[in-house]
Amino acid sequence: MTNSAPLDVKALVIVPHRKIGTKIMAAVCIVLLLLLARAFWKGDIAWEYVGQNLFTRTVMAGVGNTIIMTFCAMIMGIALGVLAAIMRMSDNPVLRSISVGYIWLFRGTPALLQLLLWFNLALIFPTIGIPGLWSIRTVDVMTPFVAALLGLGIQQGAYTAEVVRAGLLSIDKGQMEAAQSIGMTKLRATLKIVLPQAMRVIVPPIGNETIGMVKLTSLASVIQYSEVLKNVEDIYYVNSRVIELLIVAAIWYMIVVTVLSIAQIYIERHFSKGWGRRDASAQQTANQALVGEVS
Amino acid sequence: MDAIIKAHGLQKYFGTFHVLKDINFEIRKGEVVCIIGPSGSGKSTFLRCINQLEQIDTGYVTVENEIAGYRREGNRLFPLRDREIARQRQAIGMVFQKFHLFPHRTVLQNIIEGPVGVQKRPKQECIAEAHILLQRVGLADKAGAYPGELSGGQQQRIAIARALAMKPKAMLFDEPTSALDPELVGEVLGVMKELAASGTTMIVVTHEIGFCREVADRVVFMDAGMIVETGTPSDILENPRNPRVKNFISAVL
Repeated sequence: MTNSAPLDVKALVIVPHRKIGTKIMAAVCIVLLLLLARAFWKGDIAWEYVGQNLFTRTVMAGVGNTIIMTFCAMIMGIALGVLAAIMRMSDNPVLRSISVGYIWLFRGTPALLQLLLWFNLALIFPTIGIPGLWSIRTVDVMTPFVAALLGLGIQQGAYTAEVVRAGLLSIDKGQMEAAQSIGMTKLRATLKIVLPQAMRVIVPPIGNETIGMVKLTSLASVIQYSEVLKNVEDIYYVNSRVIELLIVAAIWYMIVVTVLSIAQIYIERHFSKGWGRRDASAQQTANQALVGEVS
Repeated sequence: MDAIIKAHGLQKYFGTFHVLKDINFEIRKGEVVCIIGPSGSGKSTFLRCINQLEQIDTGYVTVENEIAGYRREGNRLFPLRDREIARQRQAIGMVFQKFHLFPHRTVLQNIIEGPVGVQKRPKQECIAEAHILLQRVGLADKAGAYPGELSGGQQQRIAIARALAMKPKAMLFDEPTSALDPELVGEVLGVMKELAASGTTMIVVTHEIGFCREVADRVVFMDAGMIVETGTPSDILENPRNPRVKNFISAVL
């Protein structure tokens, strides 16, 4: 039936797609998830052990040590990374070579191997110190904490250096020139003007690497550092509840990583200052601009 | 009166390209010199040599009789360290074609970065001066804004204020209106005219012939890395002797 008369606009109703496919897909996923949950529930897992051990002192201490190591190793990594990146971009060929050599050396070998080397440093140098003045037995210095920190921090610095360098390169050369034109030295301009802007580019990959570091600290269990994995291992060596305790560790890793992911959002927001778009100030500006046009 | 900035026999190569061929130039205190000429004639490069953003291959620049970038002992020149070059640059303000404000700092922070951070002057005093400068460039209400929130013309006026905050002895303008929308050019030229009228020593690389005619004490025409003709605005713009200058002027007017 054709009707040439105009339609009654008010009576027209838009009928949404029924999206049957989407609904079926969702239902299938839910069923599969329930089956998976049921499988784990019925499986040979004594869930009460998970609950019992989740907050025990040993596990909590391990979580604490994991967080401390992540934090310390990343601080060290970022400090070394920024230093190496700035050295790499310096005019001084000696500084450039040191930086290139450092990155080459510490990216070239596995983290686990580096941890073992640091931990066993006493085999090469039984004592360390300044000859004739002061010395100390290496085994006393090279505790699991120190070995893990050096191993993880130094190799992290090599990766971070490349991230920071990419960030510095991403900033328009004009920024450096403008900073120099108001009397800044190259170093000051890099630190005060270029690096803060580069942070916007640097922070997301560093966040990614921090999350990687949380899990990388588990390697330190091999050299007897009491992080969460080592501590749950110590518990299951006694009670033989291997899977239950590994689940405890997994839950804690998930929690720490989730918290860090949320923190990353806020840190990124901080460093996107002046670019607007991502925060409320952009809207405010847009409003101001509108008001300005009207008046 | 003695020249503030002098250039003696400047030569500059980019690889094998001879950008500057024996440039001799001087500017006295309070003088406004406009440099015009076709693209690629070396105008900007010359300006950047004065501020040591480009290295000179032969010849030298003096700022108030001090050789830029070198310490002289007899006939030997020793390159200065970065710190000393930075100190020399403080005497010269520079305004760039693309503004180059620091986007992560507010307008006020952009302006006081030099006087507070570099010259180590008292912060309160510098803030007060910054507000006066903002008034002077007509943007008194923008102290708290970020550069990204401003129009090109406003950004360039802030960039001028940032350079002035260092109390430089001379100001260099590198095509300050070339990156602007046509309707924004006037506001920037207005600020520059006011500066010129107040006795600021200025070297302006520009394509704004009208501005040259109105403001310049002297116009320098550059082509292919050489200064082809120098004279008063009316000499150069109305009665150019050199045929290359004639062609250029008739093409842009």
